[in-house]
Amino acid sequence: MATPLVVSEVFKSFTMHLRDGIKLPVVNDVNFSVASGECVVLGGPSGIGKSSILKMLYGNYAVDAGQILVDHKDRIVDIARADPRTVLDVRRHTLGYVSQFLRTVPRVSALDVVAEPLVARGIAAPEARDKAAELLAKLNLPQELWTLPPATFSGGEQQRVNIARGFITSHRILLLDEPTASLDAINRRVVVEMIADKKREGVALLGIFHDEEVREAVADRVLDVSQFSPRKAVAA
Amino acid sequence: MTDTPLLKVSGVSKFYGSRIGCKDVSFELWPGEVLAIVGESGSGKTTLLNCLSTRLMPTAGSVEYRMRDGNFRDLYHMSEAERRFLMRTDWGFVHQNPADGLRMTVSAGANVGERLMAVGDRHYGKIRETASDWLTRVEIGTDRIDDQPRAFSGGMRQRLQIARNLVTGPRLVFMDEPTGGLDVSVQARLLDLVRGLVNDLGLSAIVVTHDLAVARLLSHRMMVMKDGHVIEHGLTDRVLDDPREPYTQLLVSSILQV
Repeated sequence: MATPLVVSEVFKSFTMHLRDGIKLPVVNDVNFSVASGECVVLGGPSGIGKSSILKMLYGNYAVDAGQILVDHKDRIVDIARADPRTVLDVRRHTLGYVSQFLRTVPRVSALDVVAEPLVARGIAAPEARDKAAELLAKLNLPQELWTLPPATFSGGEQQRVNIARGFITSHRILLLDEPTASLDAINRRVVVEMIADKKREGVALLGIFHDEEVREAVADRVLDVSQFSPRKAVAA
Repeated sequence: MTDTPLLKVSGVSKFYGSRIGCKDVSFELWPGEVLAIVGESGSGKTTLLNCLSTRLMPTAGSVEYRMRDGNFRDLYHMSEAERRFLMRTDWGFVHQNPADGLRMTVSAGANVGERLMAVGDRHYGKIRETASDWLTRVEIGTDRIDDQPRAFSGGMRQRLQIARNLVTGPRLVFMDEPTGGLDVSVQARLLDLVRGLVNDLGLSAIVVTHDLAVARLLSHRMMVMKDGHVIEHGLTDRVLDDPREPYTQLLVSSILQV
């Protein structure tokens, strides 16, 4: 089996056309890979480009140069160049993402928000809801909230819905953008356990964790993103 | 992933005299995919939608559609009768103004039933049953089945128009500013409804909108138009989160935050 995720010579900058076309370099020459069953944590100070890297891997940000190679259905897909349809298929089956904030849709219940990625993979709605309920229970989300749309939930409650949604599928690669930022100690520990389970299943994880205790518990290695920062070169 | 597109558009241009309506637009639409066409008024998005849906003959280019038998047919090489039949059965067209897509002086039930009769349904009881089922799906009380859309609110009319379009099980639906004239609470309900129906039925759709929030919620893929040209094209969240073209950046930065 190929390495699930390989990032090679990736460059990214933003050109602000409305600000006289100034160019903001984000990262230069990013190279790393994540093996099956490994959890790699992106380290470095805020604003150094950690979230941007996750967003490029997910196809959310375009890249200027380089390759993002994902092992998808036994072939290698370059996210940097794939067409939208392929990127969506990769997201559906191979590449999961837990974002920092939940994008809520009016009128859709927490249970259905969590079940949706399974339904999108063709699993019957009742079965998907059972699995969703199991995860929400594990994350201690009060049962009376399950049938409500998450728009009015607290930050920690929304984040748990988001985590459940990200973890419900058996994606081979999982990107985590500060999944524990607004959680209490008990739920942080639940998430740490869930990550450990994913590792045992052979999932490749790449995440951002500012909480040191969580990072210590989950990281197999920390990748210092400041080595890719163009700002470092300027400062030196 | 199926590997045959539903619609193949190549080099479609429409000129109004020497003025450009839209120029050299090419793309493919796949089953189950929702494409949003965004841009400001006059950017050519409605012209393009009309050229794709055979409502307006393009000056150049071709639009090919995969028929239910699996064969591609060039829409502009079909007879008028064939095109009309396609429009009434396999396609839907949701207008911004529901009055353009509904018959305002016949009952809600008849508005939905009419499309069924166009595909050969003749059994009154069955037609009424299906119509009433569809009214429920678009959240219109079945006690309103005999009322005319004239007596409906704007949001209800729009939902009725959607029911009328979807009742024949179309594979492709065109929508022109479907939430255009509605107030925001009604918009949210309609969007949520459309999103659910598109997912459940596995429809392909082309949605013209100037509202980027509508595009974000409904579409997988987005095309940005300016002065008749497609200037940016890609995954919806990519175009909105990392817009590359000056005009797209202007559009995205003009969204009001609440």
